[in-house]
Amino acid sequence: MASATLGARAGVRVKSRTEIPRWVWALPPVAVLGLVFLYPLALVVQQSVTPDTGGTSLQPYADVFASSAFREALGTTVWLAVGATVGCLVLGFALALVIAFVPFPGGKAVAKFIDVFLSFPSFLITLALLFVYGSVGMANGLWTDVTGAATGPFQFLATPWGVLLAEITYFTPFVMRPLLAAFSQIETAQLEVASSLGARPARIVRQVILPEALPALAAGGSLVLVMCLNEFGIVLFTGAKGVTTLPMLVYGKAILESDYPGACVVAVVNVLISVGLYGVYKVVSRRARA
Amino acid sequence: MADGIRFEKVSVAYGGNTVLDSLDLTVESGEVMALLGPSGSGKTTALRAVAGFVRPASGRVLIGDRDVTDLPPHRRGIGMVVQQYALFPHLRVEDNVAFGLKAQKVAKNEIPGRVTEALEMTGMASYAKRYPRELSGGQQQRVAIARALAIRPGVLLLDEPLSALDAQLRSGMLAELARLHRELPDVSILYVTHDQVEALTLADRIAVMDKARLQDVGTPQELYRRPRTEFTASFVGNANLLPVQVGSGSVSFAGAELKVPTGDVSSGVSATLCVRPHLVGLGDGPNALTGSVAEVQWRGSTHRLYVDVDGHRLKADLRELRTPPALGDEVTVHFAPEDAVLLSAGVSADG
Repeated sequence: MASATLGARAGVRVKSRTEIPRWVWALPPVAVLGLVFLYPLALVVQQSVTPDTGGTSLQPYADVFASSAFREALGTTVWLAVGATVGCLVLGFALALVIAFVPFPGGKAVAKFIDVFLSFPSFLITLALLFVYGSVGMANGLWTDVTGAATGPFQFLATPWGVLLAEITYFTPFVMRPLLAAFSQIETAQLEVASSLGARPARIVRQVILPEALPALAAGGSLVLVMCLNEFGIVLFTGAKGVTTLPMLVYGKAILESDYPGACVVAVVNVLISVGLYGVYKVVSRRARA
Repeated sequence: MADGIRFEKVSVAYGGNTVLDSLDLTVESGEVMALLGPSGSGKTTALRAVAGFVRPASGRVLIGDRDVTDLPPHRRGIGMVVQQYALFPHLRVEDNVAFGLKAQKVAKNEIPGRVTEALEMTGMASYAKRYPRELSGGQQQRVAIARALAIRPGVLLLDEPLSALDAQLRSGMLAELARLHRELPDVSILYVTHDQVEALTLADRIAVMDKARLQDVGTPQELYRRPRTEFTASFVGNANLLPVQVGSGSVSFAGAELKVPTGDVSSGVSATLCVRPHLVGLGDGPNALTGSVAEVQWRGSTHRLYVDVDGHRLKADLRELRTPPALGDEVTVHFAPEDAVLLSAGVSADG
């Protein structure tokens, strides 16, 4: 009885397999992807070539590219992203080295905390920095209490440096995660042999550990670079008025100025930069592996 | 550089657990000393204490006349080869070999010559431009040896260097290592292994380790022919260890009187008699023992017979027999008096 049922089920399955071609199974994911991602993206691109005066033209692009606000935002975005990435790589490498190779009590707990940190929202870090270094934060409060001055000395949070600090603080764990994984793959015997051959710790880091960590550095670095280029929450929460990045510009044009074509142009540029960087990363990482 | 190694009462402990207990051992300059023992015997710890990767809880380690106990590894000037090769994967063979020379700030124009010299010594000169992943295990180990020799160390530490290789490669590499040592007679070598064949083949002297302690030290011949303890007898080569009662000029075993040199062991005590299986003969002869065949193993060139004599199992390695006895057959085996060793060290320990 049971076997008969099984046989019947198997028969149905064979039948259904012959009736529905395999490509049909690709439809649901493509449909979801198209609906929630590709279609809106297409709308953004379409809007970017549809000026308010009607018709289809590249006039919005010409307008945006000609504006100094855009060029400034582009510059700010790129240098903040590059600066934050470099900062994250240096800080992340140093911290990961200590966690991986210098035995200290609680080292494992710290490594676990890195994982938890990755799940924090980015504005939380900014908020924390505001509490500490904000114009009415703890550091300035302490200063004004002690000296009686009207304002404290820590006013950098609303400047690009504040954004840089917040981004480095928030994104460093994104570099450390792949680095710690890479470090755990390095044989202790290699480090020991290197030191017995006369290499001091600095040389071992430079010539043994760093080369083996390069793919992880590239992966973490490019991830952070793309995320920094698109970062919105941190810039908004520091309240840095003078710091306009591309995402801030999109926000400003779309919500505050109702200049939708302009906003879409900036968005398209932002997407192109991200995709372009991703492409460069893929090429570089493939070459590094070959 | 002609440096020996000296351990002076070196003890190492991890969290209250003593892994090396008061080791006293001297490796003469230019000598090959094998540290032989089962895993956990402390032999690798002893090597790591010389390299500087573990710090002794007490005692001193000397290289030549230098007390290196508190020196960091990079200042000890030691060549080291480990079981898993530990080549730097991103460096070509030649750069792997040059690593130590650069670290020791050897003059730039001198480096290529010394790299070639080291690679030629191990027969790897034609692989200089390859990456480690393009080499077989045996080739990688040759590169690792070249890398260690390039810095012209006075002391070479080999930590189970052949354990990752298959049997055939291993015997080839053993011959290579012996040749290298003939070419570099001044280099002192500390060779950690659990393989008695490697130790017997290569070492000038063997230090037998067990349970964190040095059990015995001597030339391979001494340890093999005249072991002092049961552990040495069974770990260096194969051994029949028979419980005997010592008489005058003879011992009694399973009711039989065996003529063996008793030396200065006083009569009346119980002791252990060591007889190597390949020195046991089949048939009647001096010191004959009769028992039943419990197991016959054919090993190609030899037969191994296990013979039960009064409840004690005796091993005999015999040249291949035309007609081996069947299981359960009654056979007589014998051995020459001079081929038996009475282990007195065990006796005094027992009482």
